[in-house]
Amino acid sequence: MADIRSNFIGIKSPNPFWLASAPPTDKAYNVERAFKAGWGGVVWKTLGEEGPPVVNVNGPRYGAVWGSDRRLLGFNNIELITDRDLYLNLTEIKQVKKNWPDRALVVSLMVPCEEEAWKAILPLVEETEADGIELNFGCPHGMSERGMGSAVGQVPEYVEMVVRWCKQNTRMPVITKLTPNVTDIRKPARAAHAGGTDAVSLINTINSITGVNLDTFAPEPTIDGRGTHGGYCGPAVKPIALNMVAEIARDGDTRGLPISGIGGITTWRDAAEFLALGAGTVQVCTAAMTYGFKIVQEMIDGLSNWMDEKGHATLDDVIGRAVPNVTDWQYLNLNYITKARINQDLCIKCGRCHIACEDTSHQAITSMVNGVRHFEVIDAECVGCNLCVNICPVEDCITMVPLAAGEVDRRTGQAVPGEYANWTMHPNNPMKVAAE
Amino acid sequence: MAERRYEDGIVAGRLSPEAYALNFADLHPALDQHEAHVEADRCYFCYDAPCMQACPTSIDIPLFIRQIATGNPLGAAKTIFDQNIFGGMCARVCPVETLCEEACVREHAEGKPVQIGRLQRYATDTAVARGKQFYTRAAPTGKRVAIIGAGPAGLACAHRLAMHGHDVTVYDAKPKAGGLNEYGIAAYKAPGKFAQAEVEYILSIGGITVEHGKVLGRDFTLAGLAAGYDAVFLGLGLSGVNALRAEGEEAEGVENAVDYIATLRQAEDLSQLPVGRRVVVIGGGMTAIDVAVQARLLGAEEVTICYRRGPEHMNASEWEQELAAAKGVTIRHWLQPKRVIAEGGRAAGIEMEYTAMVDGRLIGTGETVILRADQVFKAIGQTFEPTVLNGSGEAIALENGRIRVDAEGRTTMPKVWAGGDCILGGDDLTVSATAQGRDAAESIHRTLMGEGGHHG
Repeated sequence: MADIRSNFIGIKSPNPFWLASAPPTDKAYNVERAFKAGWGGVVWKTLGEEGPPVVNVNGPRYGAVWGSDRRLLGFNNIELITDRDLYLNLTEIKQVKKNWPDRALVVSLMVPCEEEAWKAILPLVEETEADGIELNFGCPHGMSERGMGSAVGQVPEYVEMVVRWCKQNTRMPVITKLTPNVTDIRKPARAAHAGGTDAVSLINTINSITGVNLDTFAPEPTIDGRGTHGGYCGPAVKPIALNMVAEIARDGDTRGLPISGIGGITTWRDAAEFLALGAGTVQVCTAAMTYGFKIVQEMIDGLSNWMDEKGHATLDDVIGRAVPNVTDWQYLNLNYITKARINQDLCIKCGRCHIACEDTSHQAITSMVNGVRHFEVIDAECVGCNLCVNICPVEDCITMVPLAAGEVDRRTGQAVPGEYANWTMHPNNPMKVAAE
Repeated sequence: MAERRYEDGIVAGRLSPEAYALNFADLHPALDQHEAHVEADRCYFCYDAPCMQACPTSIDIPLFIRQIATGNPLGAAKTIFDQNIFGGMCARVCPVETLCEEACVREHAEGKPVQIGRLQRYATDTAVARGKQFYTRAAPTGKRVAIIGAGPAGLACAHRLAMHGHDVTVYDAKPKAGGLNEYGIAAYKAPGKFAQAEVEYILSIGGITVEHGKVLGRDFTLAGLAAGYDAVFLGLGLSGVNALRAEGEEAEGVENAVDYIATLRQAEDLSQLPVGRRVVVIGGGMTAIDVAVQARLLGAEEVTICYRRGPEHMNASEWEQELAAAKGVTIRHWLQPKRVIAEGGRAAGIEMEYTAMVDGRLIGTGETVILRADQVFKAIGQTFEPTVLNGSGEAIALENGRIRVDAEGRTTMPKVWAGGDCILGGDDLTVSATAQGRDAAESIHRTLMGEGGHHG
């Protein structure tokens, strides 16, 4: 039985599945339910400084994008940080941690960008005996207009400064949560690293408008006829998050910096992918908000079954395993040549591969052979693009099969070279490196 | 309790009033918006879709389903009506399990096709309910076309001709238009007087006059129509019924299934419609199923379909056979009628002879079985009655007892086209008749507008 216990910057949890700082972690009632369901840890919804409570809109706070059968693919929100009293939250945090000592309990924080503000709140959190803090530098709406959240996260100098204040003023481990609303995620990650952060977590949500109401011509979600950009999350953002996690994991300056992966994680498989790209724990929100806390049972079970099957004994056997395989385009092997293959037994003859290839790509799939509806790859035209694989409704019906060295690529008439060759060596590249 | 459920003979009121309403409710209730969207999402939007190829009217099914999925049911309805103005009735009565849904790739993949028929109904019902009319008449051409028969073939032809700006007169023997849609379809497939609502929707394009109660050969002749109109379309249907060729079939209680169904369809109060306690239906097609199921729904205690060949030879689809079984109808195979047993002039039973296939020929084995029956329905096929073509009959060639037409629906008589069940190749389907009527209209239009131009 695989050991999926997690030890992330000294914060221990029975599994790597944490709930992200968000509505599901806003109060003891929800968090206790989450722990009962089996979640390994939570990041308590962001606390602000002492004072009058935060005010939220009283109309819709969420918007969504749906796939077929109204499956929720993307989700956005314009909710702010906790609107509950600071001391009520602190009291509950202390009690919950006492009740659930084996679970990770991290507290998310967002106060004005002044050292005094951070100095004021850190001891209050320490007193709860929470396991650590997460700096919310990500929220893209509302709080950012007041100089907090992503307004800090988008300026690497501010990130470094605030992280340093925190490290100087608390014994608690510091996780810095990054906003994806930047052109290069490595810049704020490097800054957090330079400030001494113990880990980064990402991604926070992405600026978004989920839709436009065509009757009222107002953006969704609409509050009394008007809308604003909210933070986008859910399955749709996973690929963006995976890339940003990978960029930090393989960057020279931040390599080895612990990462808590966030962004569209819905199944154990999603979680395993984040782990493989270097995340030590994962944080979930949208999937729980869609299906409830029970999904963690599938995540725990699925992850450990997969690890057993593959012979991975602990999370450390998995974490970062895919990082060395992430590279730049210029290093990809141009001598690796694949052709699509259609399994005729699995083919249901929908013809989508044909029309996609015919209309938009390389005219490499038949629709009719000897007067019969039949879909077959024309090797002389197939560039191996993978479009047909991606749009085929039947899993594994179409696969990409690499040609062996020496085999003739019927598209080019050339034999497949056996050796690796990339763009940096290619004759068409004016900047090519001379071969040894 | 006025129920007469177990009374011998052919009597009305076997059931409670509520039971009739329940039994004759919609067989496939309409999909609501949620159901339609869930189902529409299942469509793969196939290339050169097999469902579309299987449809006799070639409706662009993937397109109309995508229109439903994107919240555009009126667009979906127009996609359907462009090819098939009887899209609403076809959605209800088409044997989709042997047409579009059999061809659906999801049937191939998982044995569960997209419910194309019900989605088609969702779209067309939306348009009819909103009274949305998609078609307007082209500028008047001054041409006049006569159509005989206001069934699916005749009205599909009329609608398309009206679109092209021709003036159309439709002659029909019956008091209501619609043909088998009005008089022949099983009641639970088109409840709520849908057939008349659809006819009104189709006729609302304008330019079509329907002359009711006009019988070919009695009130007018084909030669007369051909002389008085620029073109004539024959959508006559089949008016003859095959005989049982069984001794004693003139006994009271031996009835034509099609006549009984017509009476049922026109009945305002089904509790007033008499039905036997024990009913035997002779035949193996859709009519046999329709009359058998409806006899059960009217309260007949025992209903048995007897068919002279095996289940695989039945014209009724497997789905229809299962429907009958589910409604409590017994289907017996390899039996042919030999003798109706009458008591006092009324049917009391029927002696059936066992059959077998010997050297590719169906023969009676000589062994018999007697089934008790106070009502026997003949559903062994209908025939075309060429005598109605009157004196001009010679000019219209028949083949296998039906009117011979070319690929465009032209008969051998100049200016006369034909379609629907009366032509050779007519297959007793609303959808095929609609396609033939529509295509003949296009041929008529080309011919009328090409006059003085190409000759050929």
